[in-house]
Amino acid sequence: MDNIGDLLHGFQVALTGYHLTLMVVGVLFGILVGVLPGLGAPNGVTLLIPLTFTMDPVSAIILLASMYWGALFGGSTTSILFNIPGEPSSVATTFDGHPMAKQGRATEALSYAFLSAAFGALFGVVVITLLAGPAASFAHKFSSPEYFAVYFLAFACFVGLGGASPFKTLVSAGMGFSLASVGMDTISGSLRLTYGLPDLIKGVSFLVAVIGLFGIGELIATMEERLEFRGVRARVSPRDVLKTIAALPSYWVVLVRSSLVGCWMGITPGGPTAASFMSYGLARRFAPRTGEFGKGAPEGVIAPEAADHSAGTSAMLPMLALGIPGSATAAVMMGGLMIWGLHPGPMLFVDQKSFVWGLIASMYVANVVAVVLVLFTVPLFAAILRIPFAIIAPMIVVVCFVSAWTVSSSPFDLWLAFMFGLIGYLFKKCNYPIAPMVLAMVIGDKAEDAFRQSMIIHGGSLGAFWSNWLCGTIMTLGFVLLLWPLLSSLMRRISKAVVARPLRAGD
Amino acid sequence: MKRLAYLAAAAVALLPAPVALAEWKPSKAVEFVVTAGAGGGTDIFARAVQAAVQKNNLMSQPIIVTIKGGGSGAEGYVYTKSAEGDPHKLVFGTHNMYVLPLAAKVAFTHRDLTPIAAMVFDEFMIWVKGDSPIKDAKGFVEAVKAKGGQWKMAGAQSKDSDELITKLLDKAIGTKIIYVPYKSGGEADVQLSGGHLDSHVNNPAESVGNWKAGKVRPLCVFNREPLAAGPKVTETQAWSDIPTCRSQGIAIDQFQQPRIASLPGKVPAEAVAFYQDLLRKVAETPEWKEYVARTAQSGRVLIGGDLTKFIDGDYARFQAVFKEEGWLVQ
Repeated sequence: MDNIGDLLHGFQVALTGYHLTLMVVGVLFGILVGVLPGLGAPNGVTLLIPLTFTMDPVSAIILLASMYWGALFGGSTTSILFNIPGEPSSVATTFDGHPMAKQGRATEALSYAFLSAAFGALFGVVVITLLAGPAASFAHKFSSPEYFAVYFLAFACFVGLGGASPFKTLVSAGMGFSLASVGMDTISGSLRLTYGLPDLIKGVSFLVAVIGLFGIGELIATMEERLEFRGVRARVSPRDVLKTIAALPSYWVVLVRSSLVGCWMGITPGGPTAASFMSYGLARRFAPRTGEFGKGAPEGVIAPEAADHSAGTSAMLPMLALGIPGSATAAVMMGGLMIWGLHPGPMLFVDQKSFVWGLIASMYVANVVAVVLVLFTVPLFAAILRIPFAIIAPMIVVVCFVSAWTVSSSPFDLWLAFMFGLIGYLFKKCNYPIAPMVLAMVIGDKAEDAFRQSMIIHGGSLGAFWSNWLCGTIMTLGFVLLLWPLLSSLMRRISKAVVARPLRAGD
Repeated sequence: MKRLAYLAAAAVALLPAPVALAEWKPSKAVEFVVTAGAGGGTDIFARAVQAAVQKNNLMSQPIIVTIKGGGSGAEGYVYTKSAEGDPHKLVFGTHNMYVLPLAAKVAFTHRDLTPIAAMVFDEFMIWVKGDSPIKDAKGFVEAVKAKGGQWKMAGAQSKDSDELITKLLDKAIGTKIIYVPYKSGGEADVQLSGGHLDSHVNNPAESVGNWKAGKVRPLCVFNREPLAAGPKVTETQAWSDIPTCRSQGIAIDQFQQPRIASLPGKVPAEAVAFYQDLLRKVAETPEWKEYVARTAQSGRVLIGGDLTKFIDGDYARFQAVFKEEGWLVQ
């Protein structure tokens, strides 16, 4: 097995004192970001990216990835203790986690959440380890039509399987596409949508957009909702943790099924949020005692947490191997990769072995580090929520604008970040998903380039996308997913009609 | 305060001019503005200058490299233009400083800047896939003709050197080649080595990795003479073993990409003299010579009148082709 050798090499890269320190720092910062409702994993990563400019790419990605794992753990903490999901993907954890905490079973709920999250994450990493080798040999099969097919599939997934209404997802993605087309166009070599403003020549930086959309937008929304901190005190006692560990294996079906759902949603970029909802739904459907759900069923915590984390980790594979981020956080990280001069895509596995395998090995280590840290630091971080919002909010605003400035030292970017903050708030108010817009901004112009390159290569024929089995299959799958909402409602109608007809015949 | 300033001005005015010329020195950190992405050819160029300056203590002030590669480099040039009169910003680029404004409305022209030196010239070569049956440039011409307008050439960017060479090849061979633009030479190389296209015209440094691995192969170089002798790159060949395209019957005399460092417009003549001297010294350092050899470029320093003459000539050549193709921006 080549993969095992590569992985051992990866561990050599990851297990240095410097990298272990970065993991601890990243995880701690991540937990903090995850606990704070105004900040999520995507903007936590965004805030750290400028810090990584001077770092070696392996160290940089280890820091960012560790922060991501920390944020995922921190997000579930607030869901359970305060009924405030720190992350969109831990919304489903509040359904049963908070009732458990209110019944005085906070330790049990937290332990279930952390342990199943760790299980999901390790499941995801094992899947990545096994699939990374074949991903590399795929390297040379990808030409422009295949790239376009993959980008198309990513957008189709967001539209067809995302939690929000397909129409709203399309609007959000459409805005992202327009923003991505600002600036220099690779294919024609001319400027677009710059309106003669020199500030727009470089295009709209997605980093600035993300800072505004997530950071400032979320803050405005939180301010309006007048947060009440109805906290439950958390004390993690070792005995309760041990009891939970002993009980966990009896939920193995839920664990494995949720992890599988998570992997699937992470690799086909449905994202951790969709994954956690989906597996919560599945757990509820197949549970022997459905009535307990929503009142504090352990399965209701285990299912979304395992899926959330396995989706979060496996989302790294399509990001690295195909340049398609499986989650909003992965989208931000991909931007970071390009800033460090690395080009996500199949060639990364050939050209940058130390980077890829160092990252994968660090995922094993960092997740273990994260579980240990999170079990010890939960009470500490929970105390942060007792600091008045009026003190925390201005600090977040300052951090947001400083990061927006760091992107390219342009005053214009500060206005952009502010504007995106307002857009983010509007999106939240009107229930428009932000992730499709971020995704479209990151890979929109690459999708466009790939489409137009395919057209040049194949003389303008759309048959280019069905010219071989590889891109034909991906394209067809994309269309099926895109039309999935339509298809499923159509199928429901047909089956109703089939059921209805014999009844009428019997009359 | 004001009186002090007058006194200082008077004191400066009293100094003999040649001393003032020799004595200008940067008074704060110098910013190196890179007009391309991190890790690209221009970034490596700027960092090679930075390393040579710092290792040999050629300047007392520190150097900060900033990447401003948005809009094919226009971001960096516009930024430098806006720092008019500030001799603490040195912008690094290629002929894109005068080619970009030809095809796009980019809010600067090369006349807004003060070119200091062209320090090195990058080569262009015709490359095919490693296992292609084409052996030399003659075989290339025959294969292109045999494909009858279906030959696909990959390249970096649109309306830039790679597409220009493709147009020159069209004329030299008397056929139409399909040009497919990618973001960078590296991307074009991945596509060629995957067998999705027929050829590209990368710089040596962009394809050397895949050449070593046997995935792509150079046929000829667009220069009057083969490259300088050096160590073997593959098991059998060195860069100097690649024949010129001209000697193989492709009537394109020379095509090179200058790497130029410039100051903003309206900077003091003393500052120009300082940087000309600095870059001349850089070109003599062993670090710089190592960089030129490693990237298989031609080290040739153009300063002052020579540089102006070169830029005017190259500009006219691009302009002529752009006009013919209808690419000039209105």
